[in-house]
Amino acid sequence: MDKNKTSSDSHLEQVLYSGEFTLTGELGPPKSADKNDIIEKAKSLKGYVDASNITDNQTAIARMSSIASGVISLEQGLEPVIQITTRDRNRLAIQSDVLGAAALGIKNILCLSGDHQSFGNHPTAKNVFDIDSIQLINMLYKMREEQQFECGDMIRNGKKGPVVEPKIFIGAAANPFAEPLDFRVMRLEKKIRAGADFIQTQVIYDMDRFKQWMEEVKQKDLHKKVYILAGITPLKSARMAKYMKDNVSGISFTGDIIERMEKAEDQKAEGIQIALEQIEEIKSMEGVHGVHLMAIGGEKSVPDIVEKAGLMPRPSVKEMKT
Amino acid sequence: MIVAEQKPFEQIFNSVKNYENIMVLGCGTCVTVCMAGGEHEVGVLTKQLILAAKQNNVNLNVEELTITRQCDKEFFDENTTNKIKEADAVLSLGCGVGVQYIVELFPDMIVKPGVNTKFLGANISQGLWSERCGGCGECVLDEYEGICPVARCAKSLMNGPCGGSSNGMCEVDPENIECAGQLIYDRFKRLNKLETLLEFKPAKNWSLSRDGGPRRVAREEMMFDDE
Amino acid sequence: MEGKEPKIIAFCCHYCAFTAADLAGTMRQQYPTNIHIVRLPCTGKVHVNMLLQAFVDQADGVIVAGCEIGSCHFLEGNTRARKRVALAKQKLEEAGVDPEKLDMYYIPASEGQLFAKTAHEFTERIKRLNENKKEQPGITNSK
Repeated sequence: MDKNKTSSDSHLEQVLYSGEFTLTGELGPPKSADKNDIIEKAKSLKGYVDASNITDNQTAIARMSSIASGVISLEQGLEPVIQITTRDRNRLAIQSDVLGAAALGIKNILCLSGDHQSFGNHPTAKNVFDIDSIQLINMLYKMREEQQFECGDMIRNGKKGPVVEPKIFIGAAANPFAEPLDFRVMRLEKKIRAGADFIQTQVIYDMDRFKQWMEEVKQKDLHKKVYILAGITPLKSARMAKYMKDNVSGISFTGDIIERMEKAEDQKAEGIQIALEQIEEIKSMEGVHGVHLMAIGGEKSVPDIVEKAGLMPRPSVKEMKT
Repeated sequence: MIVAEQKPFEQIFNSVKNYENIMVLGCGTCVTVCMAGGEHEVGVLTKQLILAAKQNNVNLNVEELTITRQCDKEFFDENTTNKIKEADAVLSLGCGVGVQYIVELFPDMIVKPGVNTKFLGANISQGLWSERCGGCGECVLDEYEGICPVARCAKSLMNGPCGGSSNGMCEVDPENIECAGQLIYDRFKRLNKLETLLEFKPAKNWSLSRDGGPRRVAREEMMFDDE
Repeated sequence: MEGKEPKIIAFCCHYCAFTAADLAGTMRQQYPTNIHIVRLPCTGKVHVNMLLQAFVDQADGVIVAGCEIGSCHFLEGNTRARKRVALAKQKLEEAGVDPEKLDMYYIPASEGQLFAKTAHEFTERIKRLNENKKEQPGITNSK
């Protein structure tokens, strides 16, 4: 990507482009058709983050669609980052969804392969994986930059129809902690080459490893080719930390985090305190453009953290279009 | 080879118990090698059916026979054909191909499967088989130096491992599934060509896989003129 | 089955159990005459098919008797037989036959007495099982 210009009408892109320390949040759609759930969550995040991810059947559990939830969020004035996984949809369905999402005013899409269905509530489902996350990035890039579908057809309704391509700000995930460790920066580079504009990282509980990864990123000048948002999730308890350490692949913990949580009288407060310290450290890191704040099931705690981190008020680069 | 595993006995018994004359037909190729449907397994299952019939007061005559291959006409010789025709139902311990091939050769015959056909795989050690090929129709092993991401990655990721890899194992089953991305990475490292992993692998053409519909291979030069 | 002695097949390895059986005879140890001994070079020769065949051919009980674990003449024959006996028990159970009717014993060549004792006890077990024969109905019919 060319960081000297913007490629979409995304508010998130405008904030990143302006050089402000950027904040994205995360909003999990409900396991029901309850629109109010989204409205409430969007209300609590609005004004505290610059955009919010809307997960796509996260952990392979069937939930309200990310695009529908994203539109509801948009109506509330919270810019969504739609997550799309390649687990549930093939290239036909994804491109159709992207066109629809763009028509409904969605500007950001985060490209993921998605948790394997065996982790969710429909483990007997057939998965799709027609394409992988990097191929998805490239597909969106080709749609935006070459006005072409994956097959090469132009994005227009018939020969005389206008070319109306989806102008999507393309996101991708990066996991500095997964294995093989030496491949992680290469994989980031692949995503950038495929067309990623911004990166959100896996949650950081191992700041040393994150710094090491950033060093490798900077050596290759990758931080100049993509916006990087560091993933932060406040721990709720020492038990949660231990569970994640033992059961979730691709998450690593450094030395004293679990110990600090265990010793704390108020574990929840300590979790927030650790997150605040991490944000403070990340603010001063070269090449990191912001934080992706994932408060798992705790959208309501975000305003508190953002305020305490001294990241208010959020910039209004321009009036958000809905 | 094709790797298969015997179905639960109860399921097999229930599928054949209403026929009086059962022919248990083994296959001497893949399922013999993976010890699911060869002569020995046919023998054991036949005896089990006889004992179960007796215990359940069901009248069941069980014959056993194993032929070289159930997916080739030439192995259905006169003796086999006659024995099959004398039966009310055939219980095939061949793979899914064998079951269907018998149905094609004997359109009036009832044929039940005795095994679950699992995958194309290799014998890793005594008693252990593991999947290696997804039969995708357009081999990519040249691009991955002999390790297949299509068959060996739970998500068939063509551009490297996802975040679910740890200690070389896949999060889908950390005890048993090796991370294909890690294997590919290690292989490229060993061959001193890691930088080539940076190449973008475009979306695969799945029309050559089963997604394009049931496939066939036609070889003109092999065919007889009168067929 | 009343009064009738059960038919028991004993697959004995040449080096230990069979020698013990022979010794029992020499020592004039009494053991039931309904035990039919099949001599094998090693219990490693035992396979599931042959164990089930014995039951198909009207055996009331089947014994596999080999050397003690660790002293197999062919090193691992008896440990392999042990696994096959376990599998055969499972196959019998699936077919509705009481898996107690099959068992494996380890009898050193010098233990004629142990052979006789085992033969007695197993015969008693089979008699008891046959008496309780109102047995489990086998696989439930549901189709």
